Amino acid sequence: MKALSTQDLGKAFRVYKSELFRFARWFGLAVKPAEEIWVLRHINFDIKPGEAIGIVGHNGAGKSTLLKIVTGTLQPTEGKVKITGRIAAILELGMGFNPELTGRQNVRHSAGLMGFSSLQIDTAMPDIEAFAEIGQYFDEPLRTYSSGMQMRVAFAVATAWRPEILIVDEALSVGDAYFQHKSFARIRDFREQGATLIIVSHDRNAIQALCNRAILMEKGSIIKDGNPEEVFDFYNALIAEKESSTVKVTKLGDGKAQTSSGTGEARVEEIFLKNSKGNIAECVSVGEKVELHIKVKVYQHIETLVLGYSIKDRLGQVMYGTNTWHTENVIYKPLRGEEYSFVLTFPVNFGVGSYSVQVALVDSDTHLTANYEWRDMALMFDVINTNKKQFIGCLWNEPQIHIEHLIK
Amino acid sequence: MSGMLTSLWLYRHFILSSSRNELVTRFARSKLGGGWMLINPLAQVAIYALILSNVLSAKLPGIESKYGYAIYLMAGLLAWTLFSDITNRCLNLFVEQSHLMKKVNFPYIALPAIVVGSNLINNFLLFISMAGIFLLLGHHFSLVMLWLIPLTLLLTAFALGLGLVLGVINVFVRDVGQAVPIILQMWFWFTPIVYPVNIIPEVYRNGLNFNPMYHFAMAYQEVIVYGRSPDFQAILFIGALAVLLLFVSLFLFRRSSEEMMDVL
Repeated sequence: MKALSTQDLGKAFRVYKSELFRFARWFGLAVKPAEEIWVLRHINFDIKPGEAIGIVGHNGAGKSTLLKIVTGTLQPTEGKVKITGRIAAILELGMGFNPELTGRQNVRHSAGLMGFSSLQIDTAMPDIEAFAEIGQYFDEPLRTYSSGMQMRVAFAVATAWRPEILIVDEALSVGDAYFQHKSFARIRDFREQGATLIIVSHDRNAIQALCNRAILMEKGSIIKDGNPEEVFDFYNALIAEKESSTVKVTKLGDGKAQTSSGTGEARVEEIFLKNSKGNIAECVSVGEKVELHIKVKVYQHIETLVLGYSIKDRLGQVMYGTNTWHTENVIYKPLRGEEYSFVLTFPVNFGVGSYSVQVALVDSDTHLTANYEWRDMALMFDVINTNKKQFIGCLWNEPQIHIEHLIK
Repeated sequence: MSGMLTSLWLYRHFILSSSRNELVTRFARSKLGGGWMLINPLAQVAIYALILSNVLSAKLPGIESKYGYAIYLMAGLLAWTLFSDITNRCLNLFVEQSHLMKKVNFPYIALPAIVVGSNLINNFLLFISMAGIFLLLGHHFSLVMLWLIPLTLLLTAFALGLGLVLGVINVFVRDVGQAVPIILQMWFWFTPIVYPVNIIPEVYRNGLNFNPMYHFAMAYQEVIVYGRSPDFQAILFIGALAVLLLFVSLFLFRRSSEEMMDVL
């Protein structure tokens, strides 16, 4: 039993020299298109009933095209999709809503578009109205709604009937926090009742929270299919590759001034991060004990050498920073040509996200008196949550929770 | 073909309510509401009648009443409005609804069905209001009026067939959408709606036989103005043409629907 299976699925957009050739093809003439652009090719995967799958990939990797073929709005050029049961897609909420009609009329219209009969709609209407929770607004024209209210109605009707397969596109952040929770709870309910779930998102947390499997797409094919953690690591490596290459580009421009900023008496020769297993890593877990290795070479005679560093989040906010002046590890009178290896060991008590390391070689507690070298984004790494309890924020600060049952 | 009929049946409630919604929302928040739908063609009648009745009423054969010209105009406009509204709507239908078609999986044949539905309601209301005016003007009706039912159906089939063919092509060649309204305007004046056919010189009159809308307009005028059954041969001709066009359009529609989504 499979909920969904694709066999060598492919989609090509055809370009003709003239539209007349296209028309001729419909009447059975064998005309070759001038160009075929394959946006999907050789897609093979099976989904078992009850599985929850996340589809990830860069923009333009073919995720949306795949979903459109699965939902049936696009026809594949080659291959087949087999689907067992009804499929419902929350690709864009509120499609076909009319601002002049009331919420109730729009629900009827929208459900009709999904193919439900009058009777089925009548039966489900009280539930939809209750789930949307917009009170008497339900019978007011849609144009008087706030966008959050529209989303509530749209989500309520889109999920009013439990489908065998539910497809959710990234726009799941509907309405306020309360309604977001409510909609997530409904999706979880569907899952528990055995529905198959397909989610497209860039949001690692959402996918890791809901999915037991992930598929990574790149340039129209599936390049990784496995458990979400493994797939995301791979995806992050892909991103890191792209990010560092862009960094290189900026270094060539005004970024070069940044790297060589400083007087050059001492320089950072090498910087890397080692995970708890002692391997060089770009992606570490929350709470993992890591080592930041910084190799410094001295080029000129100097009185003192102080290493400063700070770790910044993707917005550039400093998470933590210090220097060897404050830690009382100052190196006095280093000799020219000498090399020093700094190993900074610390637990990654950060929230999930992407971080950068900025390093500075100076002579005292500030870089104002002497600045040998200053480097922004000397190293990038990602923090993911693999084994800690779900949390939000930029700091991992897990509490001990003690609950006492008080008897009245 | 049977697949299309099944999906039309399955979506019947949706098509009906959408047809109604289309009319309701077009006039939402206007005081006169649906009245505007009727005022537009009736104002057209009033303008032509006011300007041209002195010139043309004398030329209408076999009509005694001084309001004869107004009635003649309304008969022709009843047919033309149905035709041009359906054709124009179908022309841009897929381009306009592309957003919906890309995101929601539903039988696309429901879209033209909604156009037909709302325009039939529209045309029926127009007929009722025109009939009211006829009675005020002292014009009588007979059972011949029942001819309007098959005539309306044939004209709808013709307009839908033509509109769908143009609508499908318009998805791929957008110039069609720009050209057709101009052609329709010219077509209107090449059809004896505002003027009687006998003001056209004999030499050119044969050419009119190739204009299907001439036969439709004439049939409407025969039935409404003169109370006579329409010319049977003409009905056969336009009937065959309408059915043929409808089949061609549905064939084209089915063949193109896959690639239509790629281009939209």
